[in-house]
Amino acid sequence: MTTINGSKEMASGFVIRENQYYDSVFLMGINKVLSKAPGVEQTAVLLGTEANKRLLADIGFASPEIDAAQPNDMIVAVIAESAAVVEEVINGFDKTLKAMVARSPVSNIRTLEAGMSYKPDANLAVFSIPGEYVANEARKALESGLNVFIFSSNVPLEEELELKQIGKARNLMVMGPDCGTSIIRGLGIGFFNAVRRGTIGVVGPSGTGLQEFTSQVHNAGGGISHAIGTGSNDLSAGIGGLTTLSAMQALEADPQTEVIAIIAKPLGAKTLASLVDQAKGFTKPLVGCFLGSGKESAGKYEPIQWAYTIDDAVELALRAARIAPKEVAELERGGEGELVVAARANWSPEQKYLRGVFAGGTFCYQAQQILGDAGIQIYSNSPIESDFMLEDPDISRAHTVVDMGDEHYTVGKPHPMIDSTERAKRILVEAADPSVAILLLDFIFGYNASNDPVGELLGALQKAKTMRSKVGGELTIVASVCGTNEDHQDIGLQIKMLNELGAFVFHSNALATAFCRRLLDRS
Amino acid sequence: MENKKADLLQQPLVVINVGLKDFAENLEAQEADVIQVDWEPLAGGDQEMIDLLKDLL
Repeated sequence: MTTINGSKEMASGFVIRENQYYDSVFLMGINKVLSKAPGVEQTAVLLGTEANKRLLADIGFASPEIDAAQPNDMIVAVIAESAAVVEEVINGFDKTLKAMVARSPVSNIRTLEAGMSYKPDANLAVFSIPGEYVANEARKALESGLNVFIFSSNVPLEEELELKQIGKARNLMVMGPDCGTSIIRGLGIGFFNAVRRGTIGVVGPSGTGLQEFTSQVHNAGGGISHAIGTGSNDLSAGIGGLTTLSAMQALEADPQTEVIAIIAKPLGAKTLASLVDQAKGFTKPLVGCFLGSGKESAGKYEPIQWAYTIDDAVELALRAARIAPKEVAELERGGEGELVVAARANWSPEQKYLRGVFAGGTFCYQAQQILGDAGIQIYSNSPIESDFMLEDPDISRAHTVVDMGDEHYTVGKPHPMIDSTERAKRILVEAADPSVAILLLDFIFGYNASNDPVGELLGALQKAKTMRSKVGGELTIVASVCGTNEDHQDIGLQIKMLNELGAFVFHSNALATAFCRRLLDRS
Repeated sequence: MENKKADLLQQPLVVINVGLKDFAENLEAQEADVIQVDWEPLAGGDQEMIDLLKDLL
C-alpha cells in the first residue's frame, strides 16, 4: 500500500510492508541510502511499534493505515520536494531492500530458547531488540539463570522494575534497559573503549559517563576491573537503584577490585539513603561523581568520596588505588592563558555565544554543570534545570548545548556516536548565526562508535570556519576526545586532524568546558 | 537456587546475543564465547496473539 500527498512546498508519502521484520541497524542502513536520493528532505524506515508510530506522527505522518500497522510491519516514509520524487524513492525501495538483504547473511537461530539450547552454559544474554518485546525475552533469560544486558530503550518503568526484582531475587545482574556500556572481566559489551584491566571498578547509568571514566583511568596508567552499566533509569525513584546497589555489592565482593567508583546524576532522597546505608558497610574505598549535585551536597554522600567532575572521580579513584597518574598532555598547543587571548582576539564584536553540539548526553550535562556554576546561563534540549529547556530543540538561543543523541534526533536514524550526519547539519546551522563565537564538541571513540568520528565532521567544520571568516571574525572550535590509544580509530591521527583545523583539543569534556568558561569570562 | 551473579564477575562470559549482529561480532573480536540469535517477534508481533501463546506454551 502506498500513499502520496503533494502540496506546493513539499510532498510526502509512505508505504507499509506487512510481516517484514528487520533489526534497527539494518533499517537505518536502508534509510541512509533512501535519504541520499536527490530532492529528498527526510526519510524514515521503521517498524510499526507504538513508539515508532508516535515518532512518525511527530514528523507529520498520521493515518489510519499507520495506526493499524503491527510491530512486525515495516513503514517507509518519505518527505521530498515533489510528489514525483516521493514516488521514485518508494518505487526504488524494493531494489535497495533486496540488495541489502543479499549482503546480510542471517543466522538460523531465531529465538532465545534456541540460543540457550546451543549454549547451555551461557551466563549472559545481551538484548538489542525493540523495547516493546524485550521484557518478555529478558524475563525468560533471568528465569533460566542468565544475567542480562539490555541495550533496548523504550521499556516501561514497571517492566524494568519487575525484571530488576526478579534479578534481585535470583541474584542475577540486570544491566539496563537502555544500557550502553559494560566491561566485565575486560570484555566490553555495547559501546566501550579498549582499556587495560586493573583494580578500579565502576558503576553507572550512562554509557558515555562510563566511557569517559574508564578511558581516563587507562590514559592515566590505571586499569579497570569491571565497569557495570545499570541502564539510564536505574537511579530513578521508581527503580530505586536496584542494579546500582547490586553491582556495588558485586564489586565489594570481587577480589580484583580495590576501589569502587560511581558516575551518575543526583539521587532522590530515598535512593541516596539506600546507597549511603549500603556504602557504610563497605570495606573498599568509594568514589562518586553525581553530576549536577552541587558542591554543597558533598557531605550527604559520605562515606562516598564526592567528586565534582568525572575527571575528579578519576583522580580520587587513582589515589585510592595508589596509582600515581601519568601526565597526560592536556592541551596540544602552548600555554593556556595565551591561547584564551589569542582565540578571543579574532572574534568580531557580535560574537559572544557558545554552542555545544554533543554526541554524548553525559558530556552535554557535565558542560552545563561547569558553565552554570560559573554563572553562565545555558540552554539545552536536555537541561539540568527545566527553566533552561529550549522551546524548540532545533533552535539555539544565547549559550546553548544540544544533546544530539536525544530521541528527537534519532528517529530511525543512527546515534551521533555512529554517524555524524545530523551533527554536521547542526554545526552549520550554529556557524551561520553571527552571534556564535565558540563551538564545543565531543568525539567518542571505541568499539561500535564511528570509525572516523573527526573525519566525518571535518567537511562541516571547515565550511563553518570559512562561512564565519567570510562575514568577519573567527569561529573558535573546542573539542574533547573520549578514548584511548588502544582504540581502533587511531586517536593520535584524529587529534592531529583537529589541530590542523585550528581546534583546541582536550583529553576530557571537563577540561574542554573549563577552557570555554575562560573564553567566556570577560571580567 | 543457582547463583550465577557471582559467575558474572568471576567466570568467563558465555554470551547469547539477541539482536544487533555488531555486538556479537565485537564480542567475537575479543575472543568471547558468543552465539548470535537473529531474533524475530513471535506471532508477527501481534500482542494479543503473543499473550495467548504465552498462556498456552
